[in-house]
Amino acid sequence: MRDSEKKENGKWNRTECTDEEKSIDIPSFVNGSSHENAEQEMFREEPEVKEKKKKIYEKHVPKKVRNKAYVRMAYLFSAMFLSLVGYLVYFNVVLIDGVNRNPNNSKRDAQEAYVIRGTIYSSDGEVLAGTNIDEEGNEIRVYPWSNVFAHIVGYTVNGKSGLEAIYNNDLMTSNSSIQDQVGSEKNNEKLRGDSLVLTLDSRLQEAAYNALGAYKGAVVVMEPSTGKVLAMVSKPDFDPNDMANQWEILNADDSQSPLLNRATQGLYPPGSTFKILTTLEYLREFPNDYMNYTYDCQGSMSQGDVTIKCYDYEVHGFEDLQGSFQHSCNTSFANIGLQLDNDKFAQMCESVMFNGKLPTVLPYSSSQFTLNGNSSVGETMQTAIGQGDTLVSPFHMALIVSAVANDGVLMTPYFVDHIENSDGIKVSDTKAIQYKKLMESDEARILNEYMQSVVNGGTASSLSGMGYSVAGKTGSAEYEVNGNTGSEDNFSTHSWFVGFSNVEDPDIVVSVIAEDGGTGSSAAVPIAREVFNSYYNYVKTY
Amino acid sequence: MVSLIIQFSRYAIIILMAIYTMQSYIVFSKKDEDDKDFLFVRQNLMMFMIHFIAFMIMYLKQEDTNLMFLYGAQFIYLAATLVFFRNLYPRASKLVVNHMCMLIMIGFIMITRLSFDEAVKQFKVVVISTVIALLIPAIIRKVRVLTKWTWLYAAVGIGGLGLVAVAAQVTYGAKLGFVIGGISIQPSEFIKIIFVFCIAGMLGNAQSFKDIVIATVVAALHVLILVYSTDLGSALIYFVTYLVMLYVSTRKMIYAMAGVAAGSVAAVGAYHLFSHIRQRVQIWQNPFADYSGNGYQVAQSLFSMAAGGWLGTGIMNGTPDSIPLVEMDFMFSAITEELGGLFSICMILVCMSCYIMFINIAMRLSNRFYRLVALGLGTMYAVQVFLTVGGAMKFIPMTGVTLPLVSYGGSSMLSTVMMFAIIQGLYILREDEEEQIERFREEREWQMEQNRMYR
Repeated sequence: MRDSEKKENGKWNRTECTDEEKSIDIPSFVNGSSHENAEQEMFREEPEVKEKKKKIYEKHVPKKVRNKAYVRMAYLFSAMFLSLVGYLVYFNVVLIDGVNRNPNNSKRDAQEAYVIRGTIYSSDGEVLAGTNIDEEGNEIRVYPWSNVFAHIVGYTVNGKSGLEAIYNNDLMTSNSSIQDQVGSEKNNEKLRGDSLVLTLDSRLQEAAYNALGAYKGAVVVMEPSTGKVLAMVSKPDFDPNDMANQWEILNADDSQSPLLNRATQGLYPPGSTFKILTTLEYLREFPNDYMNYTYDCQGSMSQGDVTIKCYDYEVHGFEDLQGSFQHSCNTSFANIGLQLDNDKFAQMCESVMFNGKLPTVLPYSSSQFTLNGNSSVGETMQTAIGQGDTLVSPFHMALIVSAVANDGVLMTPYFVDHIENSDGIKVSDTKAIQYKKLMESDEARILNEYMQSVVNGGTASSLSGMGYSVAGKTGSAEYEVNGNTGSEDNFSTHSWFVGFSNVEDPDIVVSVIAEDGGTGSSAAVPIAREVFNSYYNYVKTY
Repeated sequence: MVSLIIQFSRYAIIILMAIYTMQSYIVFSKKDEDDKDFLFVRQNLMMFMIHFIAFMIMYLKQEDTNLMFLYGAQFIYLAATLVFFRNLYPRASKLVVNHMCMLIMIGFIMITRLSFDEAVKQFKVVVISTVIALLIPAIIRKVRVLTKWTWLYAAVGIGGLGLVAVAAQVTYGAKLGFVIGGISIQPSEFIKIIFVFCIAGMLGNAQSFKDIVIATVVAALHVLILVYSTDLGSALIYFVTYLVMLYVSTRKMIYAMAGVAAGSVAAVGAYHLFSHIRQRVQIWQNPFADYSGNGYQVAQSLFSMAAGGWLGTGIMNGTPDSIPLVEMDFMFSAITEELGGLFSICMILVCMSCYIMFINIAMRLSNRFYRLVALGLGTMYAVQVFLTVGGAMKFIPMTGVTLPLVSYGGSSMLSTVMMFAIIQGLYILREDEEEQIERFREEREWQMEQNRMYR
């Protein structure tokens, strides 16, 4: 019965179906879009034929309309499939490096069965980390410079840190030649992983390490024109060769935190080094009459219940903006702070990477600037002289000063000059790239001049007359010592210096902090001098 | 030598897969049946070459003779499936059969690589599924009452899901199924198919707005029970499938819009109501934030994919087993790690080709009910692929569904093979219809000829 019905239907269909059935009503997906074309073609034909075909066509409209919804869905879902392909491409082009370098990623450890971890060299060819194999075939990671490169190069026991962690993927990848691969396969040997050649210079690193001496603190040395980091020291330190034994002790030591890389992860009040930014903001807000600024320093000033005093209550007398900067006059800068628009000030600080990201692969702490339109007068004055709630890392200060030294342009800092395979053939190269223009070149030029004056007769005058020119700024950052309840003694002072050498065409930027080192000139400036000296004695010799 | 062979095999497998994928799209432009057939046979050749290379590498690495037996068994299975479908159903879509075998073959390789024992289990399931699948087109051809059992489908669907929600064991935070005699069964995988039949029946016969409301209520019950069982992946698949079927059968964009709006509201509500949904979203936003806890699985999946890159590490050279549940929900990441991103792109395109074929078949059918069934099953397939691949890549939040035909899992395999077989059955119906039309046309032409002669 049903079958006959079906046949009836079929017959009904049959009488309606002509040749058009195939070309119009049973389109495959791919030529489904040709409906409109078919329609147009029809209208182009002879009127009589057109009329006839149109009739047939109209009878089949419902089916065509029905298919239209199917075609729409097909497009929609095909687009979803293609979006998967698109995202996979995006993943492989953009996201992949970040995922491979994620500190939790232990994928490459599986390669340890096939690949011997590559070597890390300094820019002057010293081995900073290498793998030795003893008679029993055990691989031992050796750090010939022990504590000197501890934080930046890192360790490989109990997890990984520093560049060992960040470039794990590259160190465990072997780009050796096919002959080498066949050779190791034949002898059942492991392949040699690729080597990192760093931008760090062992002579500068050693000089900075020794100069910092027994101070806790950090030294960062950079090349402002390229962004190369030439040295990065943090103390207290540790011996990466002995991590297995020291691990418990190092981790338990909360008061010293020896595993912390203070250069990037240590946050300090910037003290007077911050006057660089206060000055920059003043230049921005008063671009035409900053030269006319004068202030009569009486050694201290009070506004409300807050008193700002110059170091040792020294009375600087009448001074202009440059004079205030040169003598690091706190009262004058507190006065400047009161003239600034706090919101604009905060905006400027954020544009130079406060409360935000730093362009580096290393783990770091974000610097902090909290001033805003609602801040009190006291806070405003404190912030202008680099006290208050502002916190900054030595690496961040080095980046800001790099921009001053490089016409306002910050180059992206980097640590790996190039990667080469075990035969020394270059695999990839890091190119110097511009990260961001932090300030106008005019502003950079004025700050450069002011910083020169600090060396030529200001707080860093012991850096003058060295056979190379220096520009810089010292800082003495007061901080509260926890747990000390004595009235005067519960404040101590970190010693800061930031600056650069060869002021016309700056060679290197140095950023130094010596914790508890007293004034900038007493601890930090001599450390910087050692670094500059070794640079001109060993690295850049004429 | 072995590691060098692995190095070169990576390129070989990707090139073979790329050729296979290109052929599945080129075939649309071929008109001649013989040309098409030739292309389909070449596709099979590509598939068998990939299968051979992969097992050769696994054998070189493990030197386990059992692998040879498994290879032989899998080879015979694949060849037999192709031969049987061709001979029993010469009118079945060869492209869909090829794709089914290709995807099952990729699953064979990866599951064997991950766990030999699971591969043997999976092989048995695949063989049983395929035997069942071979019967399905015949059933569809003969049993015409399939279109009439709408309310039976609804009862079985809602009852089955309800039973799971009430009585099933909780695995991985969701109520999924039962264990009967050592075999775990996930009813929602089979109810998927019944659901599509049920909704196709309801919407196919809908005369008034009231009928649509009834269909919506039935669909909503399915979805709500799944949400209650916290089987979110399945809930989403059912929901989207219903919306698509509703839109296509009514052709009213307003219904689709209303559905999307209701779904969005429900999603926002669910986000605020259920902590496990919030958790999934948080993992999606940043899997590394809770790396050692909830984010671990997705983080490992990303590490796997990144380790693979474009070309993959080579079979047996990666560590996809570091992803928990890799053989089920994260098969895609394992494939990307060892066979490479390019291979995975090809695989996505093969899945897309399957989907396009399904819609193509749906459009060619004339029976409203069967059209909707083909569309519904195709949509389910597409949504499931999108959810699992997107989830593994962290493109969308992870929903915990399997990659059809590739992932390990008996229920998923059987239900997907059945889906493919049903669509094949419908395709064969269509061919039958066309043949009838052809026959009638010939008859008529003959009659007209006669008439003309007598005039």
